[in-house]
Amino acid sequence: MLELLHDYWLYFLVGRYPEGPLGGLALTVVLASLALVLSLPFGLLLGLARLSPWRLLRWPVAALIHVVRGIPLLLVIFWAYFFLPSITGHESGQFGTMLAALVIFDGIYLAEIVRAGVQAVPTGQVEAARSLGLNYLDSMRSVVLPQALRHMLPSLVNQFVSTIKETSLGYIIGLAEVSFIASQVNGLVLTKPVQVYALLGMTYFVLCFSLSRAAFWLERRQARLLKAAA
Amino acid sequence: MFDLNFLLSGDYRDWLVSGLLLSLQLMGITLLLALPLACGVAMLRLAPSRLLNGLGAAYVELIRNVPLLAHFLFWYFGAPELLPETWKERLYAGNIEAASAIAALTLYTAAYMAEDIRSGIRAIPAQQFEAGRALGFSFLATMRLCIVPQALRLAAPPLLSQTLTLWQNTSIATVIGVAELMYQTQRVEAASFRSVEAFVFASAAYLAVSLLIAGLAAVLQRKVS
Repeated sequence: MLELLHDYWLYFLVGRYPEGPLGGLALTVVLASLALVLSLPFGLLLGLARLSPWRLLRWPVAALIHVVRGIPLLLVIFWAYFFLPSITGHESGQFGTMLAALVIFDGIYLAEIVRAGVQAVPTGQVEAARSLGLNYLDSMRSVVLPQALRHMLPSLVNQFVSTIKETSLGYIIGLAEVSFIASQVNGLVLTKPVQVYALLGMTYFVLCFSLSRAAFWLERRQARLLKAAA
Repeated sequence: MFDLNFLLSGDYRDWLVSGLLLSLQLMGITLLLALPLACGVAMLRLAPSRLLNGLGAAYVELIRNVPLLAHFLFWYFGAPELLPETWKERLYAGNIEAASAIAALTLYTAAYMAEDIRSGIRAIPAQQFEAGRALGFSFLATMRLCIVPQALRLAAPPLLSQTLTLWQNTSIATVIGVAELMYQTQRVEAASFRSVEAFVFASAAYLAVSLLIAGLAAVLQRKVS
């Protein structure tokens, strides 16, 4: 395994960069971060739409959420692969496709996190804001959401862990993220599939485990703060 | 022109239907194997020994922090190499794709289900456990006769939503060439150049089963609460 690391560590970390496009673990992290950052506003909008008092907004969004949650991410990726070029007018490439699919898919899941976060804020808060004369949107923006976002923080870190794991599906459309690179290394070495894929698993583990520990720590701190406030 | 009809007859239909059936089988077999494994792991995590707790926690964390795709790659390309020659031959003679897929799916699903069962067990009042012990039952007997039956009822809704995830996860088995629904969809697409129709069929099939499971979960949730 050490020999493997010695020969291929750079390829594993950044792919063919700088001679070619960025790949490997770096691409995995970039893709996951971009997906999370872009899906946040999308998820926030969807979550608020799902909670909104206007039926015309609430129902279509609820339907969309149910449909996307009912199909595998892999299918969302294939739909994106197929439809993106006809919307944007040019080939989107594997990275664009994967990013679009992740933003849609994670946005939908974030919407449910947002909904739970908002619903965890006591209704007295909304009533107080409304009775102070704020309209629905203002009371959401300046009273409910800031409190809800704090509740949501641990879930957001967990969502980031899921996103990192989801980027591995880029393998299927040939995106040169870390799983794909590992398979290429396996093809070059040929005799060490156990070591190559164990190394891949360990890499993901280090990344995701440290993040999920962070989420756990945040959750405990949140609980302590709430207890102190009560 | 959008034309779903041509998928609903002849070879293409047979491919898609066999894919759907295999996906359902994957889900069923995985459930049968993962549930007892998950119960075992949950037991480890609650056992009165630090070593056993550590083992249970290590299993859950090691599995959950690695993407399912990497599990599939390991169990298909890597793990068979570790077996003795005679076993390997027998494995390659059989359906190695399906066997690897079931191994990966079972281990992955059990790690999530173990946590659901554990929180189900922890929701049972401690007095129930004490009462069991006071009646002279051993730790395992108390768990089996008194705690687990109650806990499984509490854990049923989260276990069903885990089943929903499992259903969608079966699609990833396509990477190692298991001829499930996603694989057959790609095959139909390649043979007919009808991408939209093929994806519509797959989406509708996945959605239908998902909604069925979600509906079941909703009914159960109402019964539990």
